[in-house]
Amino acid sequence: MRYAMAIDTRKCVGCSDCVVACQTENDVPIGFCRDWVTETVDGTYPNVSIELRSERCNHCDNSPCVRCCPTGASHFEDGGIVLVTHNKCIGCGACIQSCPYEARYSHPDGYVDKCTFCIHRVRKGENPACVSVCPTKCMYFGDLDDPNSEIVNVLKNRKFKALSPEAGTKPNIFYLT
Amino acid sequence: MKEELFVSGRNIPNIDPYLNIWHWQIPIYLFLGGLAAGILFLAGVYTILGKEKEMQATVKWAPFIVPFALIIGLGMLFLDLKHKLYFWQLYTTIRLQSPMGWGAWVLMIMTPISIIWSASYLREVFPNWDWKFKFLCTFEAWVIKNRKLIAWPMAIYAVILGIYTGILLSAFNARPLWNTTILGPLFLVSGMSTGAATIILMSKNHEERKLISRLDLLFIAVELFFIVHMIMGFLAGSQVQIDAANLFLGGQFTVPFFVFVIILGLLFPAVLEILELIGFKMPIIIPAILVLLGGLIFRFIMVEAGQITRYLY
Repeated sequence: MRYAMAIDTRKCVGCSDCVVACQTENDVPIGFCRDWVTETVDGTYPNVSIELRSERCNHCDNSPCVRCCPTGASHFEDGGIVLVTHNKCIGCGACIQSCPYEARYSHPDGYVDKCTFCIHRVRKGENPACVSVCPTKCMYFGDLDDPNSEIVNVLKNRKFKALSPEAGTKPNIFYLT
Repeated sequence: MKEELFVSGRNIPNIDPYLNIWHWQIPIYLFLGGLAAGILFLAGVYTILGKEKEMQATVKWAPFIVPFALIIGLGMLFLDLKHKLYFWQLYTTIRLQSPMGWGAWVLMIMTPISIIWSASYLREVFPNWDWKFKFLCTFEAWVIKNRKLIAWPMAIYAVILGIYTGILLSAFNARPLWNTTILGPLFLVSGMSTGAATIILMSKNHEERKLISRLDLLFIAVELFFIVHMIMGFLAGSQVQIDAANLFLGGQFTVPFFVFVIILGLLFPAVLEILELIGFKMPIIIPAILVLLGGLIFRFIMVEAGQITRYLY
């Protein structure tokens, strides 16, 4: 089982519903986010293009955060989901430094927090909160090992990219372009 | 056609505009670790060479600072933790992949060694010191007899500790300024240099000071060589590393880096030490203090600047 997410940058309108859904679902403290939307504009008027991306932890296969954690608080769950065990985390900040996507933050309670792919929902067979609220249905969540899943289908038929593959982290969030 | 690129980035009030998770505690921790490594390495080496008589400050007096430096250093690390009550879990896990993890273990070994080392010389400072318990006296006698045996692991662990202070930063691929293997050796020689400077400050023996300041000169030369190589390596690297080097070559850290680290922290003390060596009367305390300050500021700059460098996508 390898969980991954594909996000269609051509369908995304940048409404930030995914951000709010995540904050509500996971009780993210005010002023922090586990996911966010970036906007990249390219070209000179009138030939401009825009790319909107909903970004979050990439749940990398080669996770620098899991490697550098001194206590093993950052670890892999089934399906390659990277999680932080709160009462094992000492808040040293090494994983925050190690993440090329800056997906982690220090929770006001002390431990390090980040996207969990809504593992509590995924275990019940539901989609992560961000995916389930997306009004344009531009996000796909699923198992890369299941050849019949929607995400495998969409990655087969569309061009896609990952963020900073040169960082060597083998990210699992793919952007359809 | 001229191309325009505009990136909105993200704007999370408590996380952005840029990563700043390690504050003043970490550079002080790295500085004290390097200083302790330098002193213990020199103390170990000169004990192995059998020069306890000639090099009193190196072997006996300067190591008294080390337990304090290491304990304050560990205190700094503790202050930096955000989930402080759980800190003990550093010592219930062994994770060799994590530099933070094995660094904590190296310190766990180094601190007792340095305490034992200093304790064995305590009676030379306070002749009337009484250990109260018999087993402590027996242990002291054993340590005094086997100092050379202890000096070996002490010198080796000192090198590991010195390199660790650099590896702690260089293991982060995501921070291009830190992600260079030369940072380990660079922080090691910088630590040796600050350790030598401390010994110079504490020594009352002219011959010893001369020898250590010659060594310091060597450390400074190697350090400059490593810094030049580090920047050359960045400039020959990928865009993120070129951007990292540019922080020091015209970017926002240029002035503090060149003025406080390169000129006042390395070149100026080196010139003063050379002048002293060729016979000019020089208050040796000036280059020593400059080296110490330079080493401290170098670590502040590296920690601060490294956190600004990042992958762009």
